[in-house]
Amino acid sequence: MAAVQETVDRVKSVDVDAYKYGFVSDIESEKAPKGLNEDIVRFISAKKNEPAWLTEWRLEAYRLWLTMREPDWARVDYPKINYQDLYYYSAPKSTPGPKNIDEVDPELLRVYEKLGIPLREQEILAGVQERRVAVDAVFDSVSVATTFKAELAKAGVIFCPISEAVHTHPELVKKYLGSVVPTSDNYYATLNSAVFSDGSFVYIPPGVRCPMELSTYFRINEQNTGQFERTLIIADKGSYVSYLEGCTAPKRDENQLHAAVVELITLDDAEIKYSTVQNWYPGDADGKGGIYNFVTKRGDCRGARSKISWTQVETGSAITWKYPSCILRGDESRGEFYSIAISNGRQQVDSGTKMIHLGKNTTSRIISKGISAGRSNNTYRGQVLAQKRATNARNFTNCDSLLIGETCGAHTIPYIEAKNASAVFEHEATTSKISEDQLFYCMQRGLSAEEATALIVNGFVRDVLQQLPMEFAVEAQKLISISLEGSVG
Amino acid sequence: MIEIRNLHAEIDGKKIINGLSLTVNDGEVAAIMGPNGSGKSTLSYVISGRAGYEVTGGEILLNGENILEMNAAERAAKGVFLAFQYPLEIPGVTTMTFLKACLNAQRKSRGEAELTTPDFMKRVKAGAEKLGVPQDMLRRALNVGFSGGEKKRMEVLQMSLLEPTFAILDETDSGLDIDALRIVSEGVNALRDPKRSFLVITHYQRLLDYIVPDTVHVMSKGQIVKTGAKELALELEANGYRDFVGEAA
Repeated sequence: MAAVQETVDRVKSVDVDAYKYGFVSDIESEKAPKGLNEDIVRFISAKKNEPAWLTEWRLEAYRLWLTMREPDWARVDYPKINYQDLYYYSAPKSTPGPKNIDEVDPELLRVYEKLGIPLREQEILAGVQERRVAVDAVFDSVSVATTFKAELAKAGVIFCPISEAVHTHPELVKKYLGSVVPTSDNYYATLNSAVFSDGSFVYIPPGVRCPMELSTYFRINEQNTGQFERTLIIADKGSYVSYLEGCTAPKRDENQLHAAVVELITLDDAEIKYSTVQNWYPGDADGKGGIYNFVTKRGDCRGARSKISWTQVETGSAITWKYPSCILRGDESRGEFYSIAISNGRQQVDSGTKMIHLGKNTTSRIISKGISAGRSNNTYRGQVLAQKRATNARNFTNCDSLLIGETCGAHTIPYIEAKNASAVFEHEATTSKISEDQLFYCMQRGLSAEEATALIVNGFVRDVLQQLPMEFAVEAQKLISISLEGSVG
Repeated sequence: MIEIRNLHAEIDGKKIINGLSLTVNDGEVAAIMGPNGSGKSTLSYVISGRAGYEVTGGEILLNGENILEMNAAERAAKGVFLAFQYPLEIPGVTTMTFLKACLNAQRKSRGEAELTTPDFMKRVKAGAEKLGVPQDMLRRALNVGFSGGEKKRMEVLQMSLLEPTFAILDETDSGLDIDALRIVSEGVNALRDPKRSFLVITHYQRLLDYIVPDTVHVMSKGQIVKTGAKELALELEANGYRDFVGEAA
């Protein structure tokens, strides 16, 4: 129980107002003027030296966006965002990009150290351990350090900032960008298409098992900067990759908008495992100042027998609007969604998944664990759909909610539709509270109220934690306890 | 040794314990018998520090120290153990994980070093073997899907690991068949020790054939109304509680 003890100690040392990662580093940034118009879109594209087709792609998205309305169906409530009051581009000054880690701005490295993810240590660690973690670090909007590139290159794996891939692998980017989440998809995704800053690009060639887990740590660091990450991962025939995404953000007084798009594509017999630990600033005790997280994540199992698995631990953000989904297009393809969503304080979470069965004999599995504490609201919203062609589609959904205290809410909204009579969809859902009996039982055995709560919650989410890669599981367990701080006693 | 002096306690404004006094000496096994609603389970909760029970008078001394100001976890670390009538399930938390967390929390609270995993495993395995608790049960989530007998055996295993100085058994015989009763009782008897005292709460004399008490107390309406040797239990079995219930009124 060392991990639990540690989390409890951390819970005690961190309080809502003293969010651990709430610091602001002072690397100068180069900004576009506030607001959004076609010139800004062109400015962003020009800054990145983009080819004409991409500039045009962005502009089309922008024009489309002007005609769209911000969605209001989610169970979240926030003041209207003034999109003309945001910056849409900022980059650290240290350009051109450093060749190796010694050339990285030392201030930047110090920021990472504060975050507890020093690149150097990562490198050393990676040298010792069998499993390696490559970090494509995104600082604000531009990737500034990429490690382990050589080794990945040996395997033929491409792992680089998407802004670089546009130049080095234009045929791949052109073919796949927007092929899962089209520019017209939804308000936030369309905005992202117009102004996306940077993100990761991954291509795994046919038959290759990626030799290490790929990892991006990124954080929001610039005041009033909307963050528009764009990630594109392609697993070619018979390949495999595991990708980790983890985030922390510094403290802010004003709400920060984040609208990322992640697109995954698996061809025949390929597999992508995508894991996220999200710990953005949730706002103060009154809910002021937290991140608005409107994310579109979608995977397309384009090939037969391919597989996409989403695992997420969501503990941060004032507002979470996020539905990592799978389009099961290839016959016998499989989609998985494992989620832990924790809300405390005034946080609002509306999250879930979509499993769209198109191919024959496709299967999907959804395990969702929602934990609500404080005055938060936590909604699971999930769609399972079998289209006419989808003979023998199968889904299993298990959706559990745990309530801590008397002032929080848990909501489960499943949308289940089978247009093919052979579909078998199972849906299980439970809602429970940590009972006074359980707490007393644990305390009678010597655990404090905080320790008992951490233990019970970790038990509740165990099925999902087991899906995470080891290094992430430990971090996730800590985050879970930290985010429940102040919810008992 | 535990000394309860003129204890008054209530829950939700309702008085349940009315000036109860009781002493259990080191090494002594005391039984408390009494009809439904006499306050036996409430007494076990008040001693072990369950939130929501308000003590309005009196004191409880454990080895001379007043424990009333302590919360349940602190009392546990001081050596109070309650074997539950209905042990709780903790889904997703393996029995092994739970036991280690509890044992180390208590040790830490007493300023002792935490047990290493090998040391802990050795203790658990030895304890489990004595009680006939199979190894695979230790890897299952605590009490989830356990039979009534397995749950009670798990309570005794916890007791043997935590080594309390004062243990309360609340209706430990309820829901047990004769075989399970014998195994559980043998487990308890093996823990009898000159430095450890027990309070055995039961409705029926049957349990006391297996765990033979030194003293028997009759409780009614929140008080001890009669104290005697073990033969008192047989008398109650034959005549019922009628003779004593009147005295407390």
